[in-house]
Amino acid sequence: MPNPTNPIELVTRDFSFYYGNYQALTSISMDVERNRVTAFIGPSGCGKSTFLRSLNRMNDIIPGTRVEGKVLLGGVDIYNKDVDVVDLRRKVGMVFQKSNPFPKSIFDNVAYGLRIHGERNPSAVAQRVEESLRAAALWNEVKDRLDKSAMDLSGGQQQRLCIARALAVRPEIVLMDEPASALDPLATQKIEELIFELKKDYTIIIVTHNMQQAARVSDTTAFFYLGELVEFDETKRIFTNPKEKKTEDYITGRFG
Amino acid sequence: MILNTVQSAETGRVGRIRAWRRFKEKAIEAFFLANGLFAVVVLIAIFSMLFTEGWPALKRVPLGEWFLSAEWDPTSPVRESYGILALIVSTLMVSVGALILAVPLGIACAAYIADVAPPKVREIVKPVIEILAGIPSVVVGFFGLVVLGPLLAKVFHTGNGLNGVNGSILLAIMALPTIMSVSEDAIVSVPQELKNASLALGATRWQTLMRVTIPAALSGIVASVMLGMGRAIGETMTVLMACGNAPAMPHSFLDPVRTMTATIAIELGETVQGSTHFHSLFVIAFFLFLMTFAVNLVSDIILQRVRRRMGGA
Repeated sequence: MPNPTNPIELVTRDFSFYYGNYQALTSISMDVERNRVTAFIGPSGCGKSTFLRSLNRMNDIIPGTRVEGKVLLGGVDIYNKDVDVVDLRRKVGMVFQKSNPFPKSIFDNVAYGLRIHGERNPSAVAQRVEESLRAAALWNEVKDRLDKSAMDLSGGQQQRLCIARALAVRPEIVLMDEPASALDPLATQKIEELIFELKKDYTIIIVTHNMQQAARVSDTTAFFYLGELVEFDETKRIFTNPKEKKTEDYITGRFG
Repeated sequence: MILNTVQSAETGRVGRIRAWRRFKEKAIEAFFLANGLFAVVVLIAIFSMLFTEGWPALKRVPLGEWFLSAEWDPTSPVRESYGILALIVSTLMVSVGALILAVPLGIACAAYIADVAPPKVREIVKPVIEILAGIPSVVVGFFGLVVLGPLLAKVFHTGNGLNGVNGSILLAIMALPTIMSVSEDAIVSVPQELKNASLALGATRWQTLMRVTIPAALSGIVASVMLGMGRAIGETMTVLMACGNAPAMPHSFLDPVRTMTATIAIELGETVQGSTHFHSLFVIAFFLFLMTFAVNLVSDIILQRVRRRMGGA
């Protein structure tokens, strides 16, 4: 475990996850620090995306899934019966692997979250849309065509639009599921710079297949293997001096 | 020398195989072209048949009378009149009435089956509704005649209950499976990623359905409505049996109405072949054809526009 330098935002304790009878995650315990970037790495099928989606209960959508253990956000277990999943997801935003803008205008995409949460004042919506697009480093590229379809944007722009859309509802945590895996190197670089900027205001958890990316953008890194958390430490340590043999093997490309 | 002969024999065989394969490709292509052309030829043939058969009547009766007069009385001993306005209004009234009933119900049903219902319910309900589409129109008309008619008569205290409402309800029942089934396909095919994006922003399932899923499925939903409309406009037997068939301008849904299709079906057997009355029925059919054609055209334009807006680039 890393030595926390920031307050703890999110805590998981002995968190296990099942798809039917298949156990996808085994007893994951982790403290995620505020205003830092935490990267999840590991080979395909290791459970890192499942774990990510557990943190805003997106797995609830899949029938036949079951969890054990705790995920504490602000001291409250998000799997508690009293927790409203709508409130949870507003606090814990998500950016997906494949950019998925709505087939609406650029403006309406970003405004969507505000509107569903009942923001009616048009100038307040417009202001928040601009803030969010600026925060996602997209404002200058789209400010003259906010009413154009989001589907006309390039892949990288679409992904930044999805980030802006997630930021618009002012989450505390932003979960990113391989946000740059479908993008070219330039667009990837933009997303990575953006992540670096965003951690000033948000806590970011990113799943990535790309180990250089994890090394570049994250402060702490968690290595998953076969549904278990093998090692969780400062990124620098994980990549220079990992404690576990498995971590070293994976990072040096011996398997994966 | 020997090697050469072997080689050329080989190329000969390969060449033959290639030629045969090319011929097969061409034959298949021609076959599909013929099929496509056949549909077009049939369409043009029907169109020109209606027009040529209707032409003698169109020539005799001024165009203004067809559309401006609501009086349809081609067999009057005093003065024959060929106003089809009342018939057009009746057709539109009954069809639009059917859509008012069937569209909200069909879309709601589709949304429920596609998005809310557990898979088991979906597997049962969808085929059952689709069976509804297979009920012969004469059976539906019969239902209107003996069940719905008396019921409406009792509820609204009007004559025998054979009127516009009756027809609208029956046509709604007939259009419902089309609207439901095609809309459901459209709603199901909305990518899960879009719904996930909405849910991940803290939207409820209801908000996701209303603001993301249905708008994204709009092109299919519009198509389903247009298909249902086409069915309603062209339906004959049901409206013939259930609408009362008074060829006068209807003033409300509770008036008996007579649609264009019903008029043709009722009168075609009773006219003198070659008379103006006979030809005038083809004129009605011709205009009916133009109406359904217009509905299809408009729906195509709407669909293309929606697709372009949704698809981008």
